Amino acid sequence: MNPTLLRAVSSRLFWPIVMLVILVAINVVAFPDFLSITVTDGHLFGSVIDILRNGAPTFIIAIGMTLVIATRGIDLSVGAVAAISGAVACSILLGSPDPGAVGTVIVAVAAALVTSLVLGLWNGFLVSVIGIQPIIATLVLMTAGRGVAMLITEGQILTVDSAPFKSLGSGFLLGMPVAVVIGAAIFVVAALLTRRTALGMLIESVGINPEASRQAGVRARVLLFAVYTFCALSAGIAGLILTANQTAADSNNTGLFIELDAILAVVIGGTSLAGGRYSLAGTLVGALVIQTLVTTVYTVGIPPIVTMVFKAAVVTAVCLLQSPATSAAVGRLRYRISARTSRVKEAAAS
Amino acid sequence: MTDTREVREHFPADGATPVVEMTGISILFPGVKALDDVSFRLFPGEVHSLMGENGAGKSTLIKALTGVYPIDSGTIVVDGQPVSFTGPAAAQAAGISTVYQEVNLLPNLSVAENILLGREPRRFGGIDGRAMRRRAAELLEGLNLDIDPGSLLGSHSLAIQQLVAIARAINVDSKVLILDEPTSSLDADEVAELFRVIRSLRDSGVAILFVSHFLDQIYEITNRLTVLRNGRLVGEYLTTELLRIDLVQKMIGKELTTLDEIGERAHADAVTADRPADYARAEGLGRKGAIEPFDLVIGEGEVIGLAGLLGSGRTELARILGGIDRADSGQLDIAGARTRLRSPRQAISRRIAYSSENRRSEGIIDDLTVRENIVLALQADRGWFRPIPKKRREELAQSYIQTLNIRPANPDALVRNLSGGNQQKVLLARWLAIAPRLLILDEPTRGIDIGAKAEIQKLVYTLAENGMSVVFISAELEEVLRLSHRVVVLRDRRLVADLENDGLTVDALLALIADGSVDDEAPLAPLGESS
Repeated sequence: MNPTLLRAVSSRLFWPIVMLVILVAINVVAFPDFLSITVTDGHLFGSVIDILRNGAPTFIIAIGMTLVIATRGIDLSVGAVAAISGAVACSILLGSPDPGAVGTVIVAVAAALVTSLVLGLWNGFLVSVIGIQPIIATLVLMTAGRGVAMLITEGQILTVDSAPFKSLGSGFLLGMPVAVVIGAAIFVVAALLTRRTALGMLIESVGINPEASRQAGVRARVLLFAVYTFCALSAGIAGLILTANQTAADSNNTGLFIELDAILAVVIGGTSLAGGRYSLAGTLVGALVIQTLVTTVYTVGIPPIVTMVFKAAVVTAVCLLQSPATSAAVGRLRYRISARTSRVKEAAAS
Repeated sequence: MTDTREVREHFPADGATPVVEMTGISILFPGVKALDDVSFRLFPGEVHSLMGENGAGKSTLIKALTGVYPIDSGTIVVDGQPVSFTGPAAAQAAGISTVYQEVNLLPNLSVAENILLGREPRRFGGIDGRAMRRRAAELLEGLNLDIDPGSLLGSHSLAIQQLVAIARAINVDSKVLILDEPTSSLDADEVAELFRVIRSLRDSGVAILFVSHFLDQIYEITNRLTVLRNGRLVGEYLTTELLRIDLVQKMIGKELTTLDEIGERAHADAVTADRPADYARAEGLGRKGAIEPFDLVIGEGEVIGLAGLLGSGRTELARILGGIDRADSGQLDIAGARTRLRSPRQAISRRIAYSSENRRSEGIIDDLTVRENIVLALQADRGWFRPIPKKRREELAQSYIQTLNIRPANPDALVRNLSGGNQQKVLLARWLAIAPRLLILDEPTRGIDIGAKAEIQKLVYTLAENGMSVVFISAELEEVLRLSHRVVVLRDRRLVADLENDGLTVDALLALIADGSVDDEAPLAPLGESS
């Protein structure tokens, strides 16, 4: 191995990308047309596009989750917030005389997002003002949230018939699925917001050492409010996409377990649950790994009964490869190789 | 007052065998010799104190004795047998128990359960609750402690919890009981209660190693002292034969001056210059349990040295001035305006910077880069939405890397990979970047090499010449005297003297730090000074 390759191997993103490439290769072998993309009516179609579209909700939530995790926190309530957001939008659409009108849809979406925002403020309040541990604070909303969604839908599955709303889930914009465009937009916004301002550095600072950050004058409380609100907002957006895709608000199942996939995407992307340094690009790779994995299960024809086991195996493999033990082993290898090259060089010189 | 006869009685007669004898102990940490050829002995029936400032090696020595750290050279003999403990459990099995400063017990279990945790009496394969309470009651009675063994530990005061921890320690027939700063969170009555227990244990033949920063307590309870400094043994003394002033001198040591160029200039300033305009004025400022109310005036461009032992209140005073802890009494005027500092953030916005003595836990952000660490406070003050332009960040980082000679000179290096001295310089750069009017430096030169030390001292001097007020804390009195215009002395959480640095000597300071008087008796003042 040459030094450049070795440096790449020790990068946090190396193994997730390798995993992604392997998964794609498996799919190509099983299904040669996997990578082909066709254009119909100016819209892109293909397996890759499907992966992007289906993975968008998890990815969007994972962006918010990345920032929360960077502060040493975690947000378990995102699935419930997604369900509430979908329920709010659907109940407004159903309650209006004209669900198909664009204006109604805008009102419904705005109401859903404002609701998500309030839920995010609630989480932020519990964590930063009351000082409850994030896992407990957001567990409150995780369990209670679906009940709230049930109250909004009055225990029904609300099916809506609204073309503009439906297009959030299955429509196209500039040739790409709307969900993918939204995901890309949120990614860009989050990246600009945290990396073009000082937000990212301050978030990392609080995540690495809260007391030292306090003494340096960093306002941790405001930052925590901001990240939990942003996370809930991204969960609300994901909830709208999921609901629009099904054209129905299902309080019990919308975004069920999506918090786990989102956390997984963040961790696979190399952001430590202990807080601090985060990588939004890593989260993107992590979300892609997860969604490609789900698709692989179908294309390769793995029986649904063992799907979860298969998923667990892949995730375990990624985690093992990223573990400190592995990087130590790579480090040793690196050292040995560089020692050998320098010996070879010395020999050549003499 | 004590009677010295009592102390003499308990001092081991010639020929007595020590229960613990450590000889020539050395422990190496990466890059430092934490202990260098230290010997230490402990006799049955004595209370013995380990004395020394931060980094002297007290806790390292205790950890060597209790098997937490393996020793690199030397021998440990317990009860005549050479031992090498593999861990605290092995040490405890050999009769060496430790009670730490922070009570390491479980507040949600009962007192009895805590005392006998891991050694519960068994019956029919289960825990025998009645036997457990009975045994616990016996132990508590032995300590004259009248509490219900079945009550929850968390429902008792810290002092009681401390005594329960001792009960737990003596349950295992300890020959040696190590008390590591047991009194730091106790009030005077509680200390008296603890001392009663210590005396009765001592009289029953237990060897007690007592670590405390409070000199009054040391002189009240101990028979002998072992003084360490910078990982080396200074000596072993009879408490009654060592004056306080000598003890303090031995703890602090006298380092040869390597910085003569700064020399007497500070003194000259103090004498010639008129009293500078006040920058900060504190009246009756204080915080319960941390520092008694104090008055202090800090002039513009003035360097105030804070002298005192560890735990004397020097850090507590500095933290209040820096807005880290809130004062609960008194008032503070900054530049003539009445000010309440509720957070470090407010202090920073008034251009007051406090640089913590705990560089790692309260100073640097180790996973951020040198550049990020330098701009952090300035950026936090500006707010996140007004990022410092990239070019300006680069300039700041480069200029401080150069001025302070930070190595490696790479703004992208993670601070965790820098040496202690360079981390300290990065931290200093962070505070200088906010252009402070008042810079509070808490032990900025501790644990760093002599070169970096000299650079930091020069910097303080230059800053003050340019009008910045500086509060400077250091355990090294020479350093304090060299840099300060005025020296404030603290003892037992009180400000006891505020002196012009005009012909002030280390000896005079030592006397003040020790007890304000230079008489021979080691008086046993009541402990209630810190309310």
